[in-house]
Amino acid sequence: MARITAGLSTSHVPAIGVAVDLGKTQEDYWKPVFDGFEFSKKWIAEANPDVVILVFNDHATVFGCDFIPTFAIGCADEYAPADEGWGPRPVPVVKGHPELASHIAQSVIQDDFDLTIVNRMDVDHGLTVPMSLMFGQPEAWPCRVIPVAVNVVQYPPPSGQRCYNLGKAIRKAVELFDEDLSVQIWGTGGMSHQLQGPRAGLINQDFDRDFLERLVNDPVELAKMPHIDYVREAGSEGIELVMWLIMRGALNKDVVERHRFYHVPASNTAVGHLILENKDS
Amino acid sequence: MALDKPYADIPGTIIFDADQARKGYNLNQFSMSLMKAGNRDRFKADERAYLDEWPMTKEQKQAVLDRDYNEMMALGGNIYFLAKIFSTDGLSFQFAAATMTGMTQEEYAQMMLDGGRSIEGNRFVGESGNG
Repeated sequence: MARITAGLSTSHVPAIGVAVDLGKTQEDYWKPVFDGFEFSKKWIAEANPDVVILVFNDHATVFGCDFIPTFAIGCADEYAPADEGWGPRPVPVVKGHPELASHIAQSVIQDDFDLTIVNRMDVDHGLTVPMSLMFGQPEAWPCRVIPVAVNVVQYPPPSGQRCYNLGKAIRKAVELFDEDLSVQIWGTGGMSHQLQGPRAGLINQDFDRDFLERLVNDPVELAKMPHIDYVREAGSEGIELVMWLIMRGALNKDVVERHRFYHVPASNTAVGHLILENKDS
Repeated sequence: MALDKPYADIPGTIIFDADQARKGYNLNQFSMSLMKAGNRDRFKADERAYLDEWPMTKEQKQAVLDRDYNEMMALGGNIYFLAKIFSTDGLSFQFAAATMTGMTQEEYAQMMLDGGRSIEGNRFVGESGNG
């Protein structure tokens, strides 16, 4: 039987990907960010998941204004790194897990979550930057990936509560899959940041630290936080944090916190990162 | 009845909601077209001619030519679409964000190194903040 063994969350700032690709990770500006993932790389080498369900948002790369699915799941064999305007990142092709992905889609749609099924999709920095942070620069990514894309570009994104509940439905689906697979779920994006307008550059460290703490220890209440609180307190792009609740919803109520990291800044953004394990795994 | 927009009183911020998305459809789709290298080349060779292929308003086209990102946002642009324009120019998100704040690149970068723009005074229009 497949099982969700752990979840993690991380920001997916595009400039982090550029720093990796251009060999700048040890420069003064970037070293503190990458140092925060040293433990994580060792941890994941040991955990060695078969599949990662990677919750991210497409940044007007595949989903433009023509199609805007609130939740989409990738059921393809593989996903190429996208050309976001400066050429594709020099990272390996992302291999999917079509069997588990299709199984999850069929299960959660019957649980009243209307996922859009995607069979062709390039993946942008929202997906590839977390892979680089966790795995570095391998020849091939060491696990399969099921992309779950969430609309956080056009307001309104799904509510935190809806995201949390989707996580629960995904977990139920995974546990009904017959193959013996170790599955992780990652929530990406955030933390506080605003990329637009005269308020650009907003960072709210108190909000972020509180969010990290409550995501671990009080997710049921955190899931009730309305959109306006994210936007006002954590910036127009800070609303990406709702995606972390999908990850948290897929884990046990009680988790073991293996790692917590927070750093300001990476470009315009506060970087946050958690590693949580299910207690019984 | 009009849609409730509880975010309308956040200072210095345009939320890309249904109304903005409708206004900005062609501006955003133009921006997205720059994800193809061939389109980038044509745009760079003659920006005006490339823009004229799109059913955008005169104001939207001028805002693109001026690289006035606040104006593009006001006319329905979304930053993740507009990112294709500044990426075509070889510029970063931090560069583009700084141009929207009235700060120099150096001042903006220093603000971020110092912990970013404070939330204090920047929650509601009319507060004393700098956003």
